[in-house]
Amino acid sequence: MTRDEALKSIQERFPNDMIEFFDKSPKRVFIEIKPEAIVPVARHIFRDLGARFNIASGVDTRTHIEILYHFTMEDINLLITVRVKLNQDNPEIDSLAPSFHGANWIEREIHELLGVNFKGHPDLRRLLLPEQWPQGVYPLRRDYEEWDKAAVRNRGV
Amino acid sequence: MPKTVVPIGPYHPLQEEPEFFTLTVDGETVVDADVRLGYNHRGIEKLSERKTFDQGVFVVERICGICSTSHPFAYVQAVEDVFPMEVPERAKYIRTIIGEGERIHSHLLWLGLAGHFLGYNTVYMWAWKLREEILDAMEILSGNRNNYAMFKPGGVRRDIKAEDIPVAVKKIDSIVPTLEMLKKAVVDDPVLHCRTKGVGILTKEDAISYCAVGPIARASGVARDVRKNCPYAAYDRVEWNMIVTENGDVFDKAVIRVLETFESIKIMKSCLLNLPGGEIDAKITSVPVGEGIGHAEAPRGEVFHYVRSDGTNRPARHKVRAPTFMNLPTFKATVVGATLSDATIILAAIDPCYCCTERLAVRDKKGKKLYSGAELLRLSQEKTRMMREETAVK
Repeated sequence: MTRDEALKSIQERFPNDMIEFFDKSPKRVFIEIKPEAIVPVARHIFRDLGARFNIASGVDTRTHIEILYHFTMEDINLLITVRVKLNQDNPEIDSLAPSFHGANWIEREIHELLGVNFKGHPDLRRLLLPEQWPQGVYPLRRDYEEWDKAAVRNRGV
Repeated sequence: MPKTVVPIGPYHPLQEEPEFFTLTVDGETVVDADVRLGYNHRGIEKLSERKTFDQGVFVVERICGICSTSHPFAYVQAVEDVFPMEVPERAKYIRTIIGEGERIHSHLLWLGLAGHFLGYNTVYMWAWKLREEILDAMEILSGNRNNYAMFKPGGVRRDIKAEDIPVAVKKIDSIVPTLEMLKKAVVDDPVLHCRTKGVGILTKEDAISYCAVGPIARASGVARDVRKNCPYAAYDRVEWNMIVTENGDVFDKAVIRVLETFESIKIMKSCLLNLPGGEIDAKITSVPVGEGIGHAEAPRGEVFHYVRSDGTNRPARHKVRAPTFMNLPTFKATVVGATLSDATIILAAIDPCYCCTERLAVRDKKGKKLYSGAELLRLSQEKTRMMREETAVK
């Protein structure tokens, strides 16, 4: 499969879900889609195009919570990034973990660090933060503030 | 028979780094496994947002103590991808040399540890003795045994002197005969065969579904290597082979690493002997608005960095993904059904690197640590008490 065929197949299969298509360089493509379409789009790229899921990265842009899903098509050296923009107040998106195992841990990480709710995730426990960490405090949000004033007071040995 | 829970960690003599594994066993057989991360958080991603692009290289260099160059390698490529721009040819070769030297010593380190875990300490001694020669060669080339500080966005920081090249090549050549002997010792040893063949098999389907990277994927027959698939630096300018095996067991994972060491020696020597002249730095002054992705093949698999720039001298977001983050979940797929005695070597075959996998610490807005030493001690004691209650270990 060539680069053009791969990109055309995504565009033709999901014409109504595309918001923006940015062909950045020969090796990098950024596609913004509607959040509702993430599962079919990701499945198409992962299964039909045979791409590898690199990782997802979450970004708080102050107006939205953005999640970028990075896929590599190894045989044609192309990195496809699927971008979704979620509502800041109640960020929610369907989970990719039931489709492939590789998305399991990173969704747990984004869930605890950015407060995104992944609907249908089999196991949304904490991954990195301790159990004592309070609910609803997300360290990678832009409005993150320290929550334990006593700990700050006692800081410095 | 009632099921028993065997907790391993967070601090355990068999693990060089803290991580908490809960193995549920039925008799001798492992029936379920769970991993608890979070004992090694340092907040690199958050910290990097407060460092300039130039300083960020030094921060990411300290993510991992063994593969200290793979993170800068991916990071500088991510920053360069924001433009996108090309670096000078000589810098590409120097980057390749440093990256491969690191792969050789990291694979030898793993081989030694694997031998040690199996109770085969001869392999351990030999492998670490060879590693010493490579560290010496790296010191000749870069000035440091580890944490080379050679990379910067746009090129490399220091040049390799022409008079140092023959000395380094001689050092590298000196390990080849012993490494050949070690290879035969590993590949032909009947004890190692019994202990590792057919143990902890990761099937090809699982390797794809877990998105495994590096030697773990290649041992399961998935031909996946960033250096070959998405060539960067000078990897498309030298001759080398990607090693792929089919079985996915611990033995194949060991063989892959031994054979890859030979390939790395080949790449490193060929780059050193054909080092082109010219500039080593493209001298970038500012980074434009945009986003960039950089990935590089670390000894343990693909390192992935995502950088978003808002036009200032610091990244607005910097995401780091280490290879163990993708490879460690495969532990669950490989260990279930194995015996408890095999669990440690199955885990070791992943070559896990926890300090890479976790990059987060509790820090306040000004970047100060939120917890004092006493506070952390209290938290850790509380945690131990909780774990005791959970796992009912008295």
